[in-house]
Amino acid sequence: MTDVCLKPILDPAVLAEGSRRLLTDLPRERLGWMLETMYKIRYFEEKAEELYTRGLVHGTMHLSIGQEASSVGSIAVLRPEDLIIHHHRGHGHTIAKGADITLMMAEFLGKEPGYCRGRGGSMHIADIPGGNLGATGVVGSGIPTAVGIALALQMRRSDRVLLAYFGDGAANLGEFHEALNMAAIWTLPVVFICENNQYGMSGPAKKMAAVEPLSVRAAAYNMPGQTVDGNDVLAVYQVTQAAVERARSGQGPSLIENYTYRWRGHSKSDRNVYRTAEEIEDWKRRCPILRFKQTLVSAGVMGDEEIAAIDERAKTTIDRAAEEALTFPEPSPERLEDEVYAP
Amino acid sequence: MTEAGNREITYLEAVREALWQEMHRDPDVFLLGEDIGVYGGAFGVTRGLLEEFGPERVRDTPISEAAIAGAATGAALMGMRPVMEVMFMDFITISMNQLVNQAAKIRFMFGGKASIPMVVRAPAGSGTGAAAQHCQSLEAWFVHVPGIKVVTPATPFDVKGLLVTSIRDNNPVLFVEHKLLYRTKGPVPEELYAIPLGQAEVRRPGRDLTIVAYSIMVPRALEAAGRLSEEGVEVEVVDLRCLKPLDEETVVRSVSKTGRVLIVHEAPQTGGFGGELAAVIANSEAFDYLDAPIRRLCGRDIPIPYNRTLEQATVPQVEDIVAAARKLATEGR
Repeated sequence: MTDVCLKPILDPAVLAEGSRRLLTDLPRERLGWMLETMYKIRYFEEKAEELYTRGLVHGTMHLSIGQEASSVGSIAVLRPEDLIIHHHRGHGHTIAKGADITLMMAEFLGKEPGYCRGRGGSMHIADIPGGNLGATGVVGSGIPTAVGIALALQMRRSDRVLLAYFGDGAANLGEFHEALNMAAIWTLPVVFICENNQYGMSGPAKKMAAVEPLSVRAAAYNMPGQTVDGNDVLAVYQVTQAAVERARSGQGPSLIENYTYRWRGHSKSDRNVYRTAEEIEDWKRRCPILRFKQTLVSAGVMGDEEIAAIDERAKTTIDRAAEEALTFPEPSPERLEDEVYAP
Repeated sequence: MTEAGNREITYLEAVREALWQEMHRDPDVFLLGEDIGVYGGAFGVTRGLLEEFGPERVRDTPISEAAIAGAATGAALMGMRPVMEVMFMDFITISMNQLVNQAAKIRFMFGGKASIPMVVRAPAGSGTGAAAQHCQSLEAWFVHVPGIKVVTPATPFDVKGLLVTSIRDNNPVLFVEHKLLYRTKGPVPEELYAIPLGQAEVRRPGRDLTIVAYSIMVPRALEAAGRLSEEGVEVEVVDLRCLKPLDEETVVRSVSKTGRVLIVHEAPQTGGFGGELAAVIANSEAFDYLDAPIRRLCGRDIPIPYNRTLEQATVPQVEDIVAAARKLATEGR
């Protein structure tokens, strides 16, 4: 008989103490990288909005502003050869996984040198050599695919692991349940990360799921699960690290729920009619970047000046990437069939 | 091309032999599906493979068609060559998101920088009394999805050679195996051989009219052609073997020669592959040679019924093909 109680990935007592430990254990450069990456994501998405408003973007976009700690805190744990598969709100994961910002911006603008040669756009940025196996646009579709990626890692006796991201909306799909069960019975090296930003388009996660928190669903698949303050980058780091170690050592999958909040609308058509301005403002006060900055300063890891320099560097990186990407050539409709089938 | 030789095995054994030999040749090839291990699959196709290759490469799955298709897609994205068995083609409906939105799209939407080398083996078709949810022929849906190839073998020789090619292909391939063909026998070489995709075959030459068919309708068309020959009507039978890529040239050449064409398939007529084929013929040089309208003989637009008589009345039988071809042979004369 399986014990169906939810088992945490990381002992909550360890988690409570762990952030202080991380601030001393992690190299300063690593902490600086985490902050800079969060800034880059924020500035990338603000730039994306700006370009959109200026009428320079053909398609849609799904912004993860306010959710930066979820992607950065988890990907910071990975080795370069580890893998991710993620979703339509995926700029953060892509940047954290080390994508070339210019090529990413180029893809967002639909340019030929972009990651997907202008065929994918914002929703489908993939950087296969960089271990980013792509963003999927149909909610939850990456979850079963993740099972196969992790299966290939296991069959090849690789010690690489996979982080599979999806949102709270995806956790109500049949595919989620099929995939978690399969990953569990085969003990696959995958960490499922549910980024609960509280709304599936307009549907409140609390109303759309019969359980709360969503991490309790891990118990049904006999894997550990845990809900984390998804705006606390160091908390995300710790729990992901425990789950990644578990996966890497052959102990199988885990389910992490990063509880966070989406500041912007679902996509460009969203008029925010399903939530209040007060609610949004309240969550803006819990900004993950601001929190991390304050943590670094109060722990004496970095001073205001150094942080300002990191901020400036991130901003410049994004500005330059956008400038350069805007000059890139458009793809040609000729030979468009070439990518449909592999030779 | 490999000569067929003298050894005769069944269509089912030929599928198994292709899997067996490809798994020995390439360690990246593995199988996954429901009850394919100790049970040997619902139709016994994979019997003996578990003992030969072990449970890691002959992988029994839960009844989770979405996750099975996802597992195949993800493994293929990593360079493995999964062969997924859908127990009955009907159940592929549950896999559709992974196959249509993931497997078929990943290469294109990632700018050609990834590929999905996987095979979906799908036992299809009626004739077993399994009624509306276990007898469908859904191949046309997949022809309609850019990024997927669709293979529909009719003979033991073809099923082996085409499965080998499908496994080695770097794209998702829907491999349609007709259940009634499983027990049919024919010459199949023991050695490994590959038949290129997209090459139709003229199974029987004839001057009076062309029947274009695939899968189970090929042997039925050949039987019909034999009977019509006794009446003095010489039918040319073209076996498409593959719906995508489609060998338009062989079809057009045959129709240009005979001037009459009957398209035969088991799947329901409306929205079926026959409509596409008719358009291909009508838009080709063969149009100028047509002496009669392009005719279709397809499954009726109804779910497959249970009762034997009703079931047979739903999809083209040999007698139906004989009657339709006989009529077409003199139409407009």
